[in-house]
Amino acid sequence: MKTITDIQNEIIENFELFDGDMESILFYLMDLGKKLPAMPEAHKTEDFIVKGCQSKVWVYPSFMDGKVIFEADSNTEITKGLVSLLVQVWGNQTPDEILNSELFFIEKIGMSRMIGSQRSNGFTNMIKQIKMYALAYKAAGN
Amino acid sequence: MKSVAQKLDIISIRNQFPILHQEVNGKPLVYFDNAATTQKPQAVIDALVKYYSTDNANIHRAAHTLAARSTDMFEDTRKTIQTFINAKEAEECIFTKGVTESINLVAQTWGRKFLQAGDEVIITTMEHHSNIVPWQMICEEKGAILKVIPINEAGELLMDEYDKMLSSKTKMVACVWVSNTLGTINPVKEIIQKAHALGAKVLLDGAQACSHLAVNVQDLDCDFLAVSSHKLYGPTGVGVLYGKRELLDAIPPYQGGGEMIKEVSFEKTTYNEIPYKFEAGTPNIGDIIAFKYALDFVNEIGKENIAIHENTLLKHCVEGLEQINKSTNQQIIQLVGTAKQKVSVQSFVINGMHHFDAGMMLDAKGIAVRTGHHCTQPLMNRLGLDGTIRASFSVYNTLEEVDVFLEAVQRLVLLTAKYTK
Repeated sequence: MKTITDIQNEIIENFELFDGDMESILFYLMDLGKKLPAMPEAHKTEDFIVKGCQSKVWVYPSFMDGKVIFEADSNTEITKGLVSLLVQVWGNQTPDEILNSELFFIEKIGMSRMIGSQRSNGFTNMIKQIKMYALAYKAAGN
Repeated sequence: MKSVAQKLDIISIRNQFPILHQEVNGKPLVYFDNAATTQKPQAVIDALVKYYSTDNANIHRAAHTLAARSTDMFEDTRKTIQTFINAKEAEECIFTKGVTESINLVAQTWGRKFLQAGDEVIITTMEHHSNIVPWQMICEEKGAILKVIPINEAGELLMDEYDKMLSSKTKMVACVWVSNTLGTINPVKEIIQKAHALGAKVLLDGAQACSHLAVNVQDLDCDFLAVSSHKLYGPTGVGVLYGKRELLDAIPPYQGGGEMIKEVSFEKTTYNEIPYKFEAGTPNIGDIIAFKYALDFVNEIGKENIAIHENTLLKHCVEGLEQINKSTNQQIIQLVGTAKQKVSVQSFVINGMHHFDAGMMLDAKGIAVRTGHHCTQPLMNRLGLDGTIRASFSVYNTLEEVDVFLEAVQRLVLLTAKYTK
């Protein structure tokens, strides 16, 4: 089982291959988004929209065998790619692992430059929301 | 280079804009977000540096040399903008921090004094939020009614509907001269004449118009005109409110403070004359002084020449976008805003691709466009869109840049075809 740190290091390595070429990075993100499992329309409700994003983003959590599972979607391809990275890093981990983790890959892959401050807000909210879900599952589990 | 307007020597014009000579994401910058803000020529940048290096002082009051110098330069901008819009008097030009403040000033002063319950204010479907919200606020406060002139599919006002809307209840028509989203030039002269026939006042939002069209407030006979500096090659944080003297004299001040007073005692304050009545506090002196150099820049080239060049760019862009549709045999690109009278702004959507993704992909190619609702959400609702990609051209843009843009859009269309399979 890969740790959150392992997964982040892998992502960083993958992005390094593009050598900062923005167009290739965006193509790659769009491809990543495509690979996200389809999210059931019934889960795309107002309750699961991430606030503060310019595009629409949904994150739907569930809890199975002590681990948090995330479904996610967005109406824009690039954002969907960005969200898929979070799902990749935090999906299938225990609430404790999520809550104790540091996200260092965002800075390392230059995502903050890529998403600009407006999107960064939405991204921060996305991170906050995922941690809130983890906290809720942890509380329910205890 | 073959069009008439190329005689302008766009290369030497471009050379006056240092910001244009850079790479973004490894590609030469193509700046097509001019409807959001234009870049600044070296003369404007130099004026700012010179002001803070040699002339900085607070204006109008002190007896010393620097104050006299900065006051002269400050008032010189007022005279330049007076000539630029052909106002009868320089005093009819009030400095504000932008179009938004200019409109709020009128809504909060004229509106508060003259609007009553049951009165009507008319705006259009294509207003920027800054010419909607101030009127909503004052209408709500006064119990007045806000009415909206509808548009056709091309993005033109339905003037018949306007005629029907006008009545003795109409007190103000606040209308955008040129739509920032669609580029439509509205028939403002006709709008003004019809409003005046019923005794209503007219405010024009000139944010977009003033950089593209000749402005003559006396000929138009508008009551108020809001002007932006930063969309006119000048610094941000500066705007102008033109108002007819009799109206500006009749309305109360907007804000209280220094400069706007004649005499202050704890019992009573008397107000200064226009324009100072509306310029409370230390204004944005340095930027206002630099704004003059932006106006000089435009005057030197000539609005007519600018328009010819910009229209050449627009035509080339529209034809190119239509050509992409033809070559793919599909209507993947949907042009938004196809009015007969337009400035150099083209909105469009790529069916199957979110405008946000398109904006990011174009940025990766060094191309700056605006994506989103452009602060015209009611217009987007009317058109059934949640946003567009908007390319807007300025005098320093070239046909070659339009070609780079079209090639990038073509790639996006191919990409969309691949992804929506």
